[in-house]
Amino acid sequence: MNFLHVFGIFYRNVILIRRSVPKLFALFGFITVELFLWGFITFWVQTIGPSDARLDFILLILSAFIFWSVFELSQRSFSVSFLEEVWSRNVINIFASPVKLGELVMGFALVGIAQTLLAFFYITPIAFLLYALNIWNMGLYIIPFFMNVLISGWWIGVVAIGLVVRFGPSADILAFFIPFLLLPFSAVYYPVSVFPPLLQEITFILPTRHIFEGMRTVITEGLIPSDSIIWAATLNIIYVGLGFLFLHWMLRLARTRGYLSRLVQD
Amino acid sequence: MAAIVRVTNLTKQYGSLTAVDNVSFEIKESEIVSLLGPNGAGKTTIIQMLLTLVSPTGGDIEIFGRTLKGHREELLSVMNFTAPYSVLPYNLTTREALKVYSLLYGIRKYRERVSFLIDEFDLGWLANKKVGQLSSGEQMRIGIAKAFVNSPGLLLLDEPTASLDPVIARELRAKILKLVRKAGGAILWTSHNMREIEQVSDRIIFLSRGKIVADDSPDNLKNYFGQEDLEEIFISINREPLSRPS
Repeated sequence: MNFLHVFGIFYRNVILIRRSVPKLFALFGFITVELFLWGFITFWVQTIGPSDARLDFILLILSAFIFWSVFELSQRSFSVSFLEEVWSRNVINIFASPVKLGELVMGFALVGIAQTLLAFFYITPIAFLLYALNIWNMGLYIIPFFMNVLISGWWIGVVAIGLVVRFGPSADILAFFIPFLLLPFSAVYYPVSVFPPLLQEITFILPTRHIFEGMRTVITEGLIPSDSIIWAATLNIIYVGLGFLFLHWMLRLARTRGYLSRLVQD
Repeated sequence: MAAIVRVTNLTKQYGSLTAVDNVSFEIKESEIVSLLGPNGAGKTTIIQMLLTLVSPTGGDIEIFGRTLKGHREELLSVMNFTAPYSVLPYNLTTREALKVYSLLYGIRKYRERVSFLIDEFDLGWLANKKVGQLSSGEQMRIGIAKAFVNSPGLLLLDEPTASLDPVIARELRAKILKLVRKAGGAILWTSHNMREIEQVSDRIIFLSRGKIVADDSPDNLKNYFGQEDLEEIFISINREPLSRPS
């Protein structure tokens, strides 16, 4: 691992984000607007829900929203780091450089960590000021949950990059669609028990399901959801490995069939 | 002189289309070799195979005595390239783009290297401008500067002066030759500018339909084909694609 290569990838993205107002808006704007949206929804749910559950609603829904945003941002920043190279027709320069695939992925992951941490430490004080939501009430469990949503974003980002390499720049929409596709099946805002039995079994393979189910267990029951954390981490590790193999395979295919040149032509 | 590049029976097929057909050649230390041929002759495919952007269907590529397949990153760190189809990121300034590429090529003293390249290629007035705001000629010039971030031992130039005016093109050709000769490296050059090719090349490889149809010095080629300039040779090869000099 050459850390200059990793730093080069990271530095290139930091310049882009630091300078671009639309990118700063993508980083902080969406999450702020969505916080208001989910805040109002939560207020409304409070008025129609049982009075003894008021605090839980805020903690349940807004914590879920914040962690889902971290997941989305982790995935988006990872994928967009690569898509930037495609959009700016720079991708050939990257693949013809001595940067290894692992270094490229590590660079994108660092960009993702930096962006998600920034967004997390930006939105949690706002959520506290507006809704008295103290996400740190979850204690140190916040760390394994945060790590797991971050890593879930990475492997989906790796798969999205593989699809863009295989199908060309027009497949960039998939990078934004995949997390959206996972949202209803990840039990973010409702428990897994609302799914039909078969879907409950199928969604077991989603790390995000275990993350959000585990978070709910901490909030509603105050129990240690070690099973959820272990399942989420195990599945994430497996999917990171599979995602990396998938990207490797797509790149090999792209080199065999000449798709890499197409990335700057489409 | 030792061979920097040794290409043996290199072939690339896309389904039933043979883009590069059993091509073999060598490039020796300090040698400048040009690839010439009509569009679709296989020049860019050969360059892209040397850059590992395209995998060969058959044959071997050795660079500095090592197989490209087994030593990809190591060899790419001592090579570089520029091509009109691969521009630098439009949203970085010239200085930032050169810094990023210095890092990607593992240059520890990247600040010094960037300053050197800005001075050497007279890029001072473009240093703080975004690449996307520059003309295609200026972008090409920065692309050439980028190709020197790692003082490459092998430089692959795919139509490097395509968007440049004749004065700038001449200056840059001289600069490229000076820097490569100083480093004792070699160049594989493609261009449709026959005069440029004649000026810079020690050897010219003519390609037609993926095959090498001639490989010799510019003077010898003119003698073989009985033509006064390379353009006439190019046209005759284009008319009769697989003819060889008698």
